[in-house]
Amino acid sequence: MLEQALSGVKVLDLTWHIAGPYCTKLLADYGADVIKVERPGKGDPARAMGPFFKDDPHPEKSGLFLHLNTNKQGITLNLKSATGKKILKQLAADADILVESFSPHVMPGLGLDYQTLEKVNPRLVMVSVSSFGQTGPYRDFKASEIVEYAMGGEMYSTGIAGREPLKLGGNVIQYQAGTVAAVATMGALYTAEDQGTGQHVDVSIMETQVGTADRRIMYVLSYIMAGVITTRWPPPREAVRMLIMPQGVYPCKDGFVNTLSLPQWWPRYIEALGMPELKDDPRFQNIYSAEAGMEFDAIWYSWLADHTKDELFEIFLKSKIASAPVNSPEDLLKYTQLKAREYFVEVEHPETGKVTYPGAPFKMSESSWKIRRPAPLLGQHNEEIYCGLLGYTGEELIKLREGGII
Amino acid sequence: MAKLPLEGVRIVALPVVFAGPFATMLLADLGAEVILVESVHHFPTITRGYMPRPPQFLVPTTGATFGGSGGIQTYVNHWAGDRPWDRFVMFHALGRNKLSCCIDITRPEGVEVFKRLVKVSDVFFESNAADTMEKLNLTYDVLKGVNPAIIYLSMPGLGCTGPHKYCAIFGAQLQALASHTWLTRYPDLDYTTTQSLIFHSDAASGATAAFAILCALRHRKRTGKGQFIDLSQLESVIPHIGEAIMDYTMNGRVQQPLGNRHPFMAPHGVYRCLGDDGWVVISVSSEEEWQGLCRALGNPSWCKEERFSTSLNRRENQDELDKYIEEWTCRHDNYEVMYILQKEGIAAGPVLDQRNVFRDAQLASRGFFEKVSHREAGTHLYPGMLWKMGKTSISIRKPPPCLGEHNDYVFKEVLGMSDDEIAGLEKDKVIGGDEYMVESIF
Repeated sequence: MLEQALSGVKVLDLTWHIAGPYCTKLLADYGADVIKVERPGKGDPARAMGPFFKDDPHPEKSGLFLHLNTNKQGITLNLKSATGKKILKQLAADADILVESFSPHVMPGLGLDYQTLEKVNPRLVMVSVSSFGQTGPYRDFKASEIVEYAMGGEMYSTGIAGREPLKLGGNVIQYQAGTVAAVATMGALYTAEDQGTGQHVDVSIMETQVGTADRRIMYVLSYIMAGVITTRWPPPREAVRMLIMPQGVYPCKDGFVNTLSLPQWWPRYIEALGMPELKDDPRFQNIYSAEAGMEFDAIWYSWLADHTKDELFEIFLKSKIASAPVNSPEDLLKYTQLKAREYFVEVEHPETGKVTYPGAPFKMSESSWKIRRPAPLLGQHNEEIYCGLLGYTGEELIKLREGGII
Repeated sequence: MAKLPLEGVRIVALPVVFAGPFATMLLADLGAEVILVESVHHFPTITRGYMPRPPQFLVPTTGATFGGSGGIQTYVNHWAGDRPWDRFVMFHALGRNKLSCCIDITRPEGVEVFKRLVKVSDVFFESNAADTMEKLNLTYDVLKGVNPAIIYLSMPGLGCTGPHKYCAIFGAQLQALASHTWLTRYPDLDYTTTQSLIFHSDAASGATAAFAILCALRHRKRTGKGQFIDLSQLESVIPHIGEAIMDYTMNGRVQQPLGNRHPFMAPHGVYRCLGDDGWVVISVSSEEEWQGLCRALGNPSWCKEERFSTSLNRRENQDELDKYIEEWTCRHDNYEVMYILQKEGIAAGPVLDQRNVFRDAQLASRGFFEKVSHREAGTHLYPGMLWKMGKTSISIRKPPPCLGEHNDYVFKEVLGMSDDEIAGLEKDKVIGGDEYMVESIF
């Protein structure tokens, strides 16, 4: 069996919701041993968020939680109790990495700030993922996916002219922050493993947006370097057109396709449409003509209406035009390329049985991505961790349970 | 202060467009020596420009371009200059901390130089279409022969195997394929009105690729083994909509776009404010926050109406609710709304355009922007590090490299070439600076 890249890395996971858990999922799926710490009773709030298996709002049936917490062991621990804090320090003493995603005042308020944990374990990498960072005037502000996208991300130019700015679908900003946090965590792990020095890593979701996400970094720099304000655009049909060729999303027989054009691609479109006569058509001799673009649209729309999105994908592939169908999640599950690469995986879970999950974000030839266990039930590994790892007796475990500590 | 985490790690890179350059930027920020192998003869699309020398009418002063919106195709001060490839803003956004050398790897003599560089490197990184490395005969199998411990990452749109492996697409198409586009639109309009100029997939697959390299480096440190990483950009971004996938696989439900609304929060949306194109977003997730919102608005009588009395009622009557809220937000500046509502514990914030995010107090207080001087572009503040480290001083150490700026360093210091050898290869235009691109372009 191939060893996993992060085998032997011990992670203490105090994260909840999406961003932090996606960071620790990446670590766990590539081999790290992640212990997820949840509050007794309710656990991670993601357990209360849908979609739920068969629409049953049960804490062990949240698709969001199940997806985000694969390969993690789960324990419950009340961090507000003195014993809970003591246990957390014991766990931190043995961990390589601690990731948390509370509001910045929470860990210091619990007496579990980096300065304290550093004394317990000088090699500890502590990663804090928060909405605005551990410092600054917005430090304690509340945020949500739409707030992060509005302030950090490029919501201002998402959508169309004359309408309100539009949020990206789902919770992609949180996932992106989690991915960036995983990069930051690995960087700090390097320093800890090579130089024996732990440290505190401060990940601000807002900064992960301004510094990267979608086109934000480029648009911000375009303002700085050239004074450009990038705003919402008219839809393609009314767009200020600069080429004959289409750009954007267009309707076809059974849905929509997205297509992109570069000035040198006009011959490719002629080939794709199977209309060689366009080459010498006097209307289409200047590819930078917006008027010609409008003329071309008449031909383009009726041609598209005769083809399905999958047929169009194959045609454009052959002609080397960057184009793709606008897929639904259902289309993705049925997509031949993903099937051929065995992307989706089935995961067996005690409350849901076998369910299909998204698979490996990348394939490594020597160190695999794999599902070793499904997301933990709330407190599923209490006995294993408290008795097996920390050496508590069965009786002590009962006392901890009775005391509401776990 | 600790050394930079990746100090001593050398990465040879052929990254194009956005995702690959972003991935290698993150690795360069962590201290890796990222050497871009570029060419004076071959111009990769949308990396250092759309074309080597755009006619001035394609260097717009407004937002209008064929490639999309203004920010994508901007040159510093709207002037392409003698070396447009050194003034393309997108390259500046992602080029920091990297080195650039020019080798023509389409010629055998160039391939030899390139292989010498791979031999003394830890990682080879590329983000081209899947057939590019095959055509150049520089696949993993070939480079493994040169350096058995090399980590080799390819990140074509759809991966390195499968019937569609040769599909060459950009972020806009990738997110259409990945059903990100499906989930992002105004519920009252169809997809033709969706401007696909925001490409979450590029940033997502880029960050994932950086993580992949870090995983492989750790594996190599323990086992001495290099490996091949096959990163399909599509596969790396599907987990980012995992809950929509799970809804389909668990319940057979195809999630539909919600616009600015939320499956269970209400109110949740964007509201007009004072000022030109001023907007604020507000999301209310609990009864406590709802009460806070009512207080902030001065407890108007509509707050107490039955139709807004529970979160379920508020969700069902959102259209009316939003009108009332907007009547209030319209009378305020968007930052003002943020401060008023945050004081009551409600998640709210302005929709920041690029000017306002540049001036934002939070980013300023954390020193997010860093001053960089560049030979061809002058001095500007650039967006900085994506995270802060307590004991490692990550920063913009080097400006984005000019094309071929580090030829001397790479050929003399890294490869130990003699002056004669360099002169010979330069004469044959196998290696060299950007001077003959200037001569030969027209």
